Amino acid sequence: MKSIEPARIQQLLDQLKGKEVYIHLEMTTGAYAAHRGEAKLAATAFITNATVTYSQGHIAGDGPYRVGLKTAHGWVFAQGLTHWDETETTRLIAAGHDPDGKLVVALQIAQEPFSSHEED
Amino acid sequence: MNPKHILVVLAHPDDEGIIGGTLLQHARQGDTITYICLTLGEMGRNMGNPPFATRVTLPIIRRQELKEACQLIGIQDLREFGLHDKMVEFEDQEAIADRVREVIDEVKPDLIYTFYPGHGVHPDHDACGAITIRAIEKLPADQRPLTRCIAMTPGSYAALGQPDFVNDISEIVDLKIQAIAAHKTQFQLMLGSYGQETRDRHRTERLWVYRF
Repeated sequence: MKSIEPARIQQLLDQLKGKEVYIHLEMTTGAYAAHRGEAKLAATAFITNATVTYSQGHIAGDGPYRVGLKTAHGWVFAQGLTHWDETETTRLIAAGHDPDGKLVVALQIAQEPFSSHEED
Repeated sequence: MNPKHILVVLAHPDDEGIIGGTLLQHARQGDTITYICLTLGEMGRNMGNPPFATRVTLPIIRRQELKEACQLIGIQDLREFGLHDKMVEFEDQEAIADRVREVIDEVKPDLIYTFYPGHGVHPDHDACGAITIRAIEKLPADQRPLTRCIAMTPGSYAALGQPDFVNDISEIVDLKIQAIAAHKTQFQLMLGSYGQETRDRHRTERLWVYRF
């Protein structure tokens, strides 16, 4: 994981624009947030391998970053993105990590479905 | 004491660390341990600091960490059930209970460790405990193995009373901490700085016997 380089993220967003893509979008406080007193409410939402096609996709901000994708009937949005996998050339793997390194938000876009149990 | 067969049913790689000392003791006295780990913890938030895992690589890394932890503890028989992290309660509960029951029939455990249903804090823990209890309940009453449960809620003592099994594992606390530390993506936040305070926190393991 590297700190986000917005120009390279934009390049990937352009590359995937107009295609049917699989999206993983997630935001989480962690299941223990309320138990440990870190937050008053433990909340998580994710959708994995939803298919969308976007006509516009941009990265914005000075870091942490925001990404917005315009779809036929709505939007996909993520805020707080800090890191990405710089080794990926065909898909976007981005996330926002807090100062402890914990994942808070994730946005992934690819032309193939994401597997939660990819082989070693 | 004759060697026994132990069955452990937990939800995430690193859950075994909660009872790591107890499991180390079992392995050292020659007991065989079968460990059903329901998920790969692929939705975990800890990715190292600075982060070195992604949502894509985390399950692969955590599977490797789990294997290392099992080796350190002496768990010979690891069964990955391949369920998705955070989704255990949304699976067909009866079907998963049947899979647990098949393992029970196969290994014929003398003793089972799982989460106490309703006292797991994490929804996967509660579902894991409930599924395991459901599987054991399918057995005739006189054939149900002793079942010791992990309870994590602040209300455990009020609801369940004093733990039935309070295990002082001081003599192997460093080995237990090593097994926890095998989960490299998780351990920084779980252990904090590894000092006397960490040892003290890990030297007592408390379990409640489930009364069917």
